[in-house]
Amino acid sequence: MSAWSITEPSNRTKWVAGTLVILYALITLIPLVWIFLTGFKTPPDSISYPPKVLFEPSLEGYVNLFTTRTRVTPDQLAALPPPANFAEEIVRNRDMVIAGPSKFGERFMNSVIIGFGSTFLSIFLGTLAAYAFSRFKIPLKDDLLFFILSTRMMPPIAVAIPIFLMYRALGLSDTHLGMILLYTAVNISLAVWLLKGFIDEIPREYEEAALIDGYTRFQAFYKVVLPQAATGIASTAIFCLIFAWNEYAFAVLLTSGTAQTAPPFIPTIIGVGGLDWPAVAAGATIFLLPVMIFTILLRKHLLRGITFGAVRK
Amino acid sequence: MTDSPLTRAAEATPPHLARRIKGLSDRAIAWIFVAPTIFLLLAINIFPLIWTIRLSFTNFRANRPNREVEWVGLRNYERILTDSDIWLNMQATAHFLFWTLFFQVLIGFTLAWLINKKFRGNDLWTTIIVLPMMLSPAVVGNFWTFLYQPQIGLFNYAIEFLTGTPASSFEMLGSVTLAPWAIVIVDTWMWTPFVMLICLAGLRSIPDYIYEAAEIDRASKWRQFWTITVPMVLPFLMLAVLFRGIENFKMFDLVVQLTGGGPGSITELASINLKREAFEKWRTGYSSAYAIILFVTVFGLASIYVKALNKVKER
Amino acid sequence: MKARYLAATAAVALGAGMAGTARAEDLTLCWAAWDPANALVELSKEFEAQSGHTMSFEFVPWPNFADRMLNELNSGGKLCDLLIGDSQWIGGGAENGHYVKLNDFFDAEGISMDDFAPATVYAYSTWPKGTPNYYALPAMGDANGWFYRKDWFTDPEIMAAYKEATGEDLREPQSQLELMQIAKFFQGREIGGNTVYGVSIFTERGSEGITMGATGALYTWGFKYENTPGSYDMEGAVNSPEAVEALEFYKELYECCTPPGYTNSYMGESLDAFKSGQVAMAMNWFAFFPGLYQDPDIGGDKIDFFVNPPQNMAGSTLGGQGISVVSYSDKQEAALDYIKWFAQPEVQAKWWELGGYSAHNSVLNDPGFESSQPFAGDFLVAMQDVQDFWQEPAYAELLLAMQKRLHDYVVADQGTAQEALDKLIEDWTETFEDEGKL
Repeated sequence: MSAWSITEPSNRTKWVAGTLVILYALITLIPLVWIFLTGFKTPPDSISYPPKVLFEPSLEGYVNLFTTRTRVTPDQLAALPPPANFAEEIVRNRDMVIAGPSKFGERFMNSVIIGFGSTFLSIFLGTLAAYAFSRFKIPLKDDLLFFILSTRMMPPIAVAIPIFLMYRALGLSDTHLGMILLYTAVNISLAVWLLKGFIDEIPREYEEAALIDGYTRFQAFYKVVLPQAATGIASTAIFCLIFAWNEYAFAVLLTSGTAQTAPPFIPTIIGVGGLDWPAVAAGATIFLLPVMIFTILLRKHLLRGITFGAVRK
Repeated sequence: MTDSPLTRAAEATPPHLARRIKGLSDRAIAWIFVAPTIFLLLAINIFPLIWTIRLSFTNFRANRPNREVEWVGLRNYERILTDSDIWLNMQATAHFLFWTLFFQVLIGFTLAWLINKKFRGNDLWTTIIVLPMMLSPAVVGNFWTFLYQPQIGLFNYAIEFLTGTPASSFEMLGSVTLAPWAIVIVDTWMWTPFVMLICLAGLRSIPDYIYEAAEIDRASKWRQFWTITVPMVLPFLMLAVLFRGIENFKMFDLVVQLTGGGPGSITELASINLKREAFEKWRTGYSSAYAIILFVTVFGLASIYVKALNKVKER
Repeated sequence: MKARYLAATAAVALGAGMAGTARAEDLTLCWAAWDPANALVELSKEFEAQSGHTMSFEFVPWPNFADRMLNELNSGGKLCDLLIGDSQWIGGGAENGHYVKLNDFFDAEGISMDDFAPATVYAYSTWPKGTPNYYALPAMGDANGWFYRKDWFTDPEIMAAYKEATGEDLREPQSQLELMQIAKFFQGREIGGNTVYGVSIFTERGSEGITMGATGALYTWGFKYENTPGSYDMEGAVNSPEAVEALEFYKELYECCTPPGYTNSYMGESLDAFKSGQVAMAMNWFAFFPGLYQDPDIGGDKIDFFVNPPQNMAGSTLGGQGISVVSYSDKQEAALDYIKWFAQPEVQAKWWELGGYSAHNSVLNDPGFESSQPFAGDFLVAMQDVQDFWQEPAYAELLLAMQKRLHDYVVADQGTAQEALDKLIEDWTETFEDEGKL
């Protein structure tokens, strides 16, 4: 409506509303900012009271995140050749030497492999199913769609019991494949529902025209429908990725050393002999940052994603 | 349940295209396209569910492969439903569920209402507010334990700064009275944006002309709010409550990281208790029964709720 | 004895030489992530050089260790070839077939359990308890002990203040009650411009923390699991008046004398409280003592150690682990090579030197042992009176019940000590009934 509409809020109202919302947004950001800042503190700075807002930044948290270290005596330390890089220098200031890489890199890569693997599979299967549900007459369609959705209602821990037994029998425990299949099964309900909504919005006439032009159904699907649905597919993919990325309950129960993802791992960084919050914060920062970026990219489709397409706006 | 807004949204039934050109029939394609999804769900959701039901009538233990498995009938169910400790877990879950929904609806709706005043830059701030909800609950929950440290935590410091209560005099996660609220606070921080986004969609769906008509009738702003805004947003709000309700009934990751169910068993929500029974004590049969009870509860509550939601929508 | 060692060493050397010609494997050893694990990495380099096998390690922090590893075993996982599992797992490891039985291997290689301290063999290796059926080799002896700020305890001003307050001399506590008296004295005191607190103790809920801490008090008051060993007859033992008193003591110690916020603290938090100068005394496993003694800030002259003080009797909570071969591993031969190598007296001596607690008699009975570290003598004393939790196959269930009952009472302040222990008997009875043992 135009600026002089009687329903347009007054400038004073806008100003008050804006201030309150911004205030809330700033408060809500504090924990996230604190994670970011703590990552650049030294361990003593991180636990000082009152909490330090201004401090000398240090990469110690990041070095601790990526390495394991052993304590050495001052004599041994003195006998060592000069530090080869900044990481070694930071560690030696604490009377320690770097013993090797930590598991963080591995766990992070597991998150990437399982996240992208399951996303690809969910989107692949989901697009096919969504197209079929959108375009064809399928007996008991509504029941099938509801069945697909209802699989989301089970508490993960409850499903995990038989999956644990099944995976143990099949040798899928603690494997990338097992986790990819599992996350795909969880994500597929979201993928089908969202993608069906996106495909429903593509006018049927395009395909019909293509079919008249002699395209087969398959050709019409991938030459006409898929390009039209590209944005929808992309945002659905990001939702699936974020879910797989954040998932904790299955990961903690079904993975151990080989396929463990970052969420169960990050809380255990806490350290041996002294709580190493900067390393935890560094791990959290690296892990959370991609999701924040995706969220900003996704903002137009956010509502649709979180409500399974029920609210489209 | 089949009449939920979700299924309705899917009801844009496509007209059948009788045209069959070269290649497979549409019917065949439809099945080829749908079959893998259904198969996957059968294998990883339905088969396990049936297996869980079966296990729930046995005394099976997944960590004792060599032990004889016996049918125990309904004994597992009986034990669970008469266990006073489990009722305490249920109370903790109910407390958590009620208060998180209460605060999230209150704050979420207020925020949406304020954002809908269309001040400059409201899109940017909306996106910022949404951030917490997209993040990993386990990772963020773990970090909140640091914010809640009595001696060094930012949260306690902020309380001291604002109210003068010494920071080391109260323990958000360790005290019996405060811990149930500590988990409500973090969940509210994380998920208020979810309710906000849905309410915002509701507010934006109200056409301006309704308010214009009300203005012409000289209805007060207060009256407009209660007779137009609230009823029009209500279905959206109830949908948000449905989603959050189901999620928080299943709540595991965030609270497990925050309190691990403690102190004692004060914040031991149903899912946390179930995890202990199933994967630490390895009482597989017993915890299968527990899982079924939880599933039936969620499903039952959700069905009743959806009926109510549909009534509201029909009005 | 000597000749036997030589024979064993020769056999080992021979074996090691042969292993070199066998297929080189990459072995994964699983253990908890803590100081001794770093020492083991260092020690194992020698094995890699000798055998041609390579070693990988999977170290899990204590609060998640049992959960993760038992899950791994129960899912038949192949992650770990070797597992240094907690003492209480031995029953389940043996009965459920997770661990390889080592008797034949020990016989073939001339490894004798008589060469290891009897308490450790009993606790870490045997199932059923005390029978000559071995599922592990004692790898790391351990018990729960205490350490304190020696610089504060010897500060004349503080000593005078203590004398004035209590009429007694400030010293290493000789009883549990004296420990509390000292803790109360330090609680809230200003030292060097900081407010300090009495003790840090185990209160963790999730894994085993509060049980390991509270049993330290319970054992010294005379708590018993059963009226007669093996009878599962717990009424009057678990909830004896002494046990109730001990549990009340632990709760009071928690309430009177711990720093704020230590409601869910285990090894890491206890170390943290001590290293950051907040507490006068702290409990923790002997495993951490070498690292503490070396600590640049609070180690050296500033620290000293004592055995869990007696009350009605002496008693310490047993820690420690044996090393086992996981039956799901495809590399059992190579894993046995590792155990063979690890059992050698020279390797055991080096293990102690690097900060691991060897359970080998040749190390423990060495005349130089007691003076080799300031806590070495205490370790020997502590190991004489150690007691362990149930080692039953149902141990996890028994432990979780105790965790709940203790945390409900001590930290969450629900009910009385008598009620907590009565309920514990109910829980345990139910478990043993399910097990068919009652």
